[in-house]
Amino acid sequence: MADTKEAYGLLINYEYCTGCKSCEMACSVEHDIPIGEFGIKMVEVGPWEYAPKKWQNDCVPIPTDQCNLCAERVAKDKKPTCVKHCQADVMEYGRVADLAQRMAAAATKYVLFVPKAGTAK
Amino acid sequence: MTQKIDIPHESDESKEVRPTFFNEPPVMYTGGDLPWQWEEDGMVCTRSAAWSAPGCHDGCGVVIYTDKETGKFIKVEGDEENPYYQGRLCSRCLDVAEAVFNPDRLLYPMKRDPKKRGDADAWERITWDEAYDMIFDTFNAIREEHGGKSVIFASGTGRVTPPINARLGYAFGSIQYSYFLSGNACYVPRVAASNTIIGCYTCPDFSMQFPDRYDNPAWVAPKNIFVWGNNPLIANADGNLGHWVVDCMKRGSKLIVVDPRCTWLASKADLWLQIRPGTDSMLALAMGNYIIENDLYDHDFVDRWCYGFDEYAEACKPYDLGWASEVTWLPKEEIIQAAKYMAEKPTAVQWGLALDMNLQCITASQAVCNLWCITGQIDIPGGMITVHDPYNTEVWLPPDPKEVFTPEEEKERIGSTYQMITNSGMVQCQADSMIDQLVTGRPFKIHGAWIQSTNPLACCGQDPKRRIEVGLKNCDFVVGVDCFMTPTLMACCDVVLPLCFYPEREGLRSVWYYIQNTNKACEPMGESKDDFQINWELGRRWNKDLWPGDTLEDYFSYLIQEAGITYDESRKMNWIYPEFHYRKYETGEQRPDGQVGFNTMTGRIELYSLLLQQWGQKPLPYYAEPPMSPVSQPELAEEFPFILTTGARHYEFFHSEHRQMPRLRAKHPVPWFDINPEAALELGIEDGDWCWVESPVGRARLTAHVTPIIDARVIQADHGWWFPEAEAEDVGEGCFATYATNINMALPSKCGDTGFGDQCKCFLCKVYPCTPEEIPLKAAEIPQDRFADGSFRNYTYEAKMEA
Repeated sequence: MADTKEAYGLLINYEYCTGCKSCEMACSVEHDIPIGEFGIKMVEVGPWEYAPKKWQNDCVPIPTDQCNLCAERVAKDKKPTCVKHCQADVMEYGRVADLAQRMAAAATKYVLFVPKAGTAK
Repeated sequence: MTQKIDIPHESDESKEVRPTFFNEPPVMYTGGDLPWQWEEDGMVCTRSAAWSAPGCHDGCGVVIYTDKETGKFIKVEGDEENPYYQGRLCSRCLDVAEAVFNPDRLLYPMKRDPKKRGDADAWERITWDEAYDMIFDTFNAIREEHGGKSVIFASGTGRVTPPINARLGYAFGSIQYSYFLSGNACYVPRVAASNTIIGCYTCPDFSMQFPDRYDNPAWVAPKNIFVWGNNPLIANADGNLGHWVVDCMKRGSKLIVVDPRCTWLASKADLWLQIRPGTDSMLALAMGNYIIENDLYDHDFVDRWCYGFDEYAEACKPYDLGWASEVTWLPKEEIIQAAKYMAEKPTAVQWGLALDMNLQCITASQAVCNLWCITGQIDIPGGMITVHDPYNTEVWLPPDPKEVFTPEEEKERIGSTYQMITNSGMVQCQADSMIDQLVTGRPFKIHGAWIQSTNPLACCGQDPKRRIEVGLKNCDFVVGVDCFMTPTLMACCDVVLPLCFYPEREGLRSVWYYIQNTNKACEPMGESKDDFQINWELGRRWNKDLWPGDTLEDYFSYLIQEAGITYDESRKMNWIYPEFHYRKYETGEQRPDGQVGFNTMTGRIELYSLLLQQWGQKPLPYYAEPPMSPVSQPELAEEFPFILTTGARHYEFFHSEHRQMPRLRAKHPVPWFDINPEAALELGIEDGDWCWVESPVGRARLTAHVTPIIDARVIQADHGWWFPEAEAEDVGEGCFATYATNINMALPSKCGDTGFGDQCKCFLCKVYPCTPEEIPLKAAEIPQDRFADGSFRNYTYEAKMEA
């Protein structure tokens, strides 16, 4: 987060998030977050069958107030640990301006989070 | 219809399949342009492969961070350069610090008087030399009196251990390489069926054989991916990572899922077939029939490369859509749609355990395998690639017993009368026969057991009579090798050897596609050692020819000698991929004699299996109703109305492992069973309630997980549970309360007539709530006096820290 005047966030292609919780674990381990608390938490919306063989079953990881967008890692040109270890490879970190632009062309389901640590100051 | 191409092949008298002959092309691709070790912010970073312990079937690329000053383990991250998983990691590997610094990890060899088996306070620390001497002398005495055949060498599911476990037994002079799962029903039946039909194993082409993966110009994404009878996202079975399926979905692959449960993949599939458990072969035969009747098969491939098509087509004929629909619970249209997807090219099939855990597992595997053969998916980009151990490196498949034993001696292998197990390249004891023999002592008594990296009391042992525990206790001398004091070690073992974790070890990782070193990043805790080292050190006492080399590294160099490099050179190359070729059967690369075709008797894929015929089995696939189903047992089904399927996996655990890692356990603290909301409502069961799952043979307690993903007629139950925090001694429900919640207590030990297969995924049960008094684990607290005199906890990490 070199420039604090603009927001940074996490772009998540939740069409393909499988709910594996690697993000939760990677974050907990990296930041030594106690059990029961989270820097990012995977939330399931589903599964339910809303029409024959049509399932609502989304998994969405949500960064919490304990997320600092891996400031120390990013400062060393590394990806946030949740982004790096995501097994479904659906997470991206960056300037909201860039991510929003990518999201504007979304062909599958996306969500863009600006956690507290990423807000413009 | 089949034209026989005359390919002269030498006749193989033994009629046995051993697909370990491969001559690699003279080109390899390595990661030699990258450092294997470097420094970063006061840390040493070591590139490695996470090839157990803790265990799994993958050995992903990792970077291990250690403190430059102290050398201590800090953390592990994914290795973004590694082609296999490109830096991704599952939560179990990310949490490896909780394994390395786990208070319960064993640090020293220990012994206990065999009269005091089960006593948690009877352990005594010994040195490695004492342990080796004791094992060497005691096993030798047993061998002299009763023969080498009376000692079993058992390991668990495939990681590092199976080949070195077999080799250790061979060095000692025992043919009894084994594991405990009823019907050897995990992976082995599918490999055996595939070896028999195709002469090798095949895997879905997710580009994993190429170091440049999805960018490789020869590769294309499968048009369709079948996920048949497994949940690969979690199970990651057999060297294939489930998230590669997601990678392919993003690249346009269509997804067809055959599963009684709506897994994540099923919920996203283009076609989800919610099949009745145990009826996979019916579905496959009906698909085969539809494909042939509608002329959707690959004529050219069948004419040139398949044997027995006409007979196979005839065998499929009775399986019309009407019958299949009735048996499988699937609408006809879905079966048709699945058949059409299968006939498109390229189609890849990620099959799984549901096919093994069925008494008709070989014919079910054959029925499915024949589908991808007649539709011409073999060894084409995006199809089903033929695989082998790269450079014949013995890290996944076991060594050839013929190096050591005469054919007569091989007949002493327990269960060797099961032709299919004996001759299909598997070289294992038949598990049910072995357990019978442990219990009864017939036809000869088993006097000794070497139990390495397996916890059969928690994980195998389908039988309410706890026969594995009874059988092992019948032995004069039992050795256990593990990282933790497991129920099996506590109940049955006389000597325990402590294993270290992968950041602390050297080793070689290989499953089918490439080889990589496991590089030691830090010193092992206490006196723990890795299993390669233990088996090499002990094995050399018995037979230096089988365990060559002056150092362990020499032995690794011996294992990879066909790559033409030493272990140290291999380390600097990071990973080594032999050049992969598609359509090897067209160039002679698929057979040891260099002829075109497949490594079978006819040189073709045997849709009609001559080997199965010779082994007394039906040569063509068929459907048989499972012996315990609502159809075959309508009267019993009135009392036991649900079909019971077991062993679905969770992201937090690998079989019986990881129950003592706090961060993982917190995400899944107790075992559960899936039940449909409708069924739960009718029974007055709410989510989280402790219930009995009872079958005609026994019962187990688990908590209800009420979920619409499962059919209202089916129950799915967790497996492999034990409670490291519970009383170590057996206070009624097994050591560490392993029988308290064990679904194996509700399943029988019984294999199919091939010797393979069990009923873990197709049995009958009923469900009812526990009374408050019956809720288990009230005693599941850490014992007050953790460090009593002689307690095994005195030889754990926590004790060392206290001291």
